[in-house]
Amino acid sequence: MPTTIIWTIAILAGLGLLLSLVLYLVAAKFKVEEDPRIDEVEKVMPGANCGGCGFAGCRAFADAAVKAPNLDNNYCPVGGNEVMKQVAAILGFEVKEKAPQVAVLRCNGSCVNRPRTNVYDGAASCRVKAALYSGDTACSFGCLGCGDCVAACQFGALSMNPETGLPEVDQEKCTACGACVKACPKQLIELRPKGPRGMRMFVSCVNKDKGPAARKACSAACIGCGICAKTCQHGAIVVENNVAYIDPAKCKLCRECEAVCPTGAIHGVNFPKPLDKEAVKARIAERARKAKEAEAAAAKEKEENNG
Amino acid sequence: MAKVTFSIGGVHPHDTKLARERAIEVLPLPQTLYISMAQHLGAPAKPVVAVGDRVKTGQVIAEPGGFISAFVHASASGTVKSIAPRADLAGNMVPHIEIAVDGDEWVEGVDLSDTLVTEIPSDRAAVLDKIKACGVVGLGGATFPTHVKLNPAPGSTAECLILNGAECEPYLTSDYRILLERTKEIVVGAAIMQMVLGGCRCVIGIEENKPEAIEAVRRALTELPYDNIEVLPLKKKYPQGGEKQLIDAVMHRQVKSGGLPISVGAVVQNVATSLAVYEAVQKNKPLITNTLTITGDCLPVERQHNYLFRIGMPLSYIAEYAGGVPAEAAKLISGGPMMGRAIANLDAATVKGSSSILYLRADTTLRKAESACIRCGRCADACPMGLEPFLLNRLYKAGDLEGLEQASAHDCIECGCCLYSCPAYIPLLDHIRQAKGQVMGVIRARAAAAKAAAEAAKAAEEAKKENK
Repeated sequence: MPTTIIWTIAILAGLGLLLSLVLYLVAAKFKVEEDPRIDEVEKVMPGANCGGCGFAGCRAFADAAVKAPNLDNNYCPVGGNEVMKQVAAILGFEVKEKAPQVAVLRCNGSCVNRPRTNVYDGAASCRVKAALYSGDTACSFGCLGCGDCVAACQFGALSMNPETGLPEVDQEKCTACGACVKACPKQLIELRPKGPRGMRMFVSCVNKDKGPAARKACSAACIGCGICAKTCQHGAIVVENNVAYIDPAKCKLCRECEAVCPTGAIHGVNFPKPLDKEAVKARIAERARKAKEAEAAAAKEKEENNG
Repeated sequence: MAKVTFSIGGVHPHDTKLARERAIEVLPLPQTLYISMAQHLGAPAKPVVAVGDRVKTGQVIAEPGGFISAFVHASASGTVKSIAPRADLAGNMVPHIEIAVDGDEWVEGVDLSDTLVTEIPSDRAAVLDKIKACGVVGLGGATFPTHVKLNPAPGSTAECLILNGAECEPYLTSDYRILLERTKEIVVGAAIMQMVLGGCRCVIGIEENKPEAIEAVRRALTELPYDNIEVLPLKKKYPQGGEKQLIDAVMHRQVKSGGLPISVGAVVQNVATSLAVYEAVQKNKPLITNTLTITGDCLPVERQHNYLFRIGMPLSYIAEYAGGVPAEAAKLISGGPMMGRAIANLDAATVKGSSSILYLRADTTLRKAESACIRCGRCADACPMGLEPFLLNRLYKAGDLEGLEQASAHDCIECGCCLYSCPAYIPLLDHIRQAKGQVMGVIRARAAAAKAAAEAAKAAEEAKKENK
């Protein structure tokens, strides 16, 4: 009896040793040489595998980054500058700092602002709804409210607000991976720079209809009147196709456009003080008056010189 | 003769043809007509009139914008008031020509009499030109330009012209009414198309729930001097009026995936198209009218109508004329209850393919809350294309495009049998329609890439030859 046990153990142990030797030899023979830096880069990545960088996952990004000649086209929006600095240190590259971005919903068509013209009872998906018709309000550009963006967000940064019927972005959680941008069939979500201390301005509307039609469909629509563009001292606002757009690179956060917008389509967020519209308007009027005076004075001077 | 039907799947909704006894009435002209530039499959038409122009009834106001496109005509005389985008049925902006109507003065050369012209012209090209010039498109739903369909690519021959009088959608009665009231014209139209296709067999398929129509066509066939046209009563089953299903029912042949009906020798045309062909060829009359049913389960029969409408009349005008929208109506549908589309904008103008305004009560039409799939397989049993809707739904949700293509999502004909039969009220069709679009996109992109690669290879080879 004990001999059987001894033999069994001996044979199994021998077999195990033999097979491990075979495995060792095969592994040594067919070893795939991989750049060790790929592992190192992968370690510093956030590991969300969200695809925000354009690659299938963090390892695919690491692989691409190691093989690329520089880091200009590879940027991890989730990790941001901190992670990219570490990646650059590992790979010995220079990395340009990018301003952190955040997803911004460019629709202000809440239930109050945008009266419903019909009721949808199909599949709860914006994509399906957009393929069927223009939406259940008179605005054919606005949010459909089925929450495809919320479903697409892996970071829990988006949620539907049942009161407004619009999605809301939690800017603390948003990593600007861009999944919601791709998911929205109406292209309403834009990645914009977060701004200093989170302060930023944007036009919360993309309605390309002419003023009266846009206004009728939604009381907070951009009607393309162009007052904001005229007021802006920094040339940051362009009105194209009846809708204004603020260039974040040029915007100086003076909030004058917000004060003059007749429909409230321009939003400023995270400012420490609420906007005193009247004060800002007075300031603009004062400036206009001064400009006029200066112009008149210049004209007078010119006349005198000529005379 | 034993009644036939298609072989796979199908469902049996109650036919509810409530307006079947209502004769076709002619609608009076409204003050304004809005004529859409996108009322056919393919490229939108290009306006050829300017604002302020005076147009006569039947005058060309827009020309085809591509090979698959169609002429559009003024449906009443008047002045062009504007050419601007206007919301269509689904609320999407589409260019429309607005005409301020001042009467009904027709262009010259149109035969407005009721006399039946039975003599078939023999010049094939001239007939096709006439059909094209009159803007005839398929009126069975897809509004595919008829002159393109009647002119199969060289190398393929039509063996059988199938006239679709199935009208398998519940509620709709416009095809039934024209089969009763314009029987002979339809048969002459069939004979014309038969001539164009080179004298093939012609079968008029009509479902058995319309015995009067079957009888009327039989009588007309004995009175008219045409050969090789027959009536085929079909068993009632939805979607019998689907092109591929009708070919299966009549010819016992199946069109392979991605193929056209002509690949099995079939050309399918709706009976309303046949009437339009008759009017175009024999009377020179462009397609500016069609028949539309006002019906629904919340309308008493005396308020249901079959109307001959002019294209461009707003739906709201027709609804108003018919006595307004009933208060019980929970959903308004243009087209049949199975495949029609909900009307998001009642101010939309009618188009060539408009077939109904359907008022449905909440309990018949509103969707019920979705629950989990119990894998009963009813959707797979009901699918007339032999697909597995439950599987397609799952693959769509997983975003598996390869799997969807393998499971033939692109073969879906969007008939809605799966949705109709699902006991869990899962929005199968909504998802499969999306999946179909995605798969079609992949297939098209691949075909384009293959074409580009072939051209590049050819160019490279030629460059090589030149170098030698």
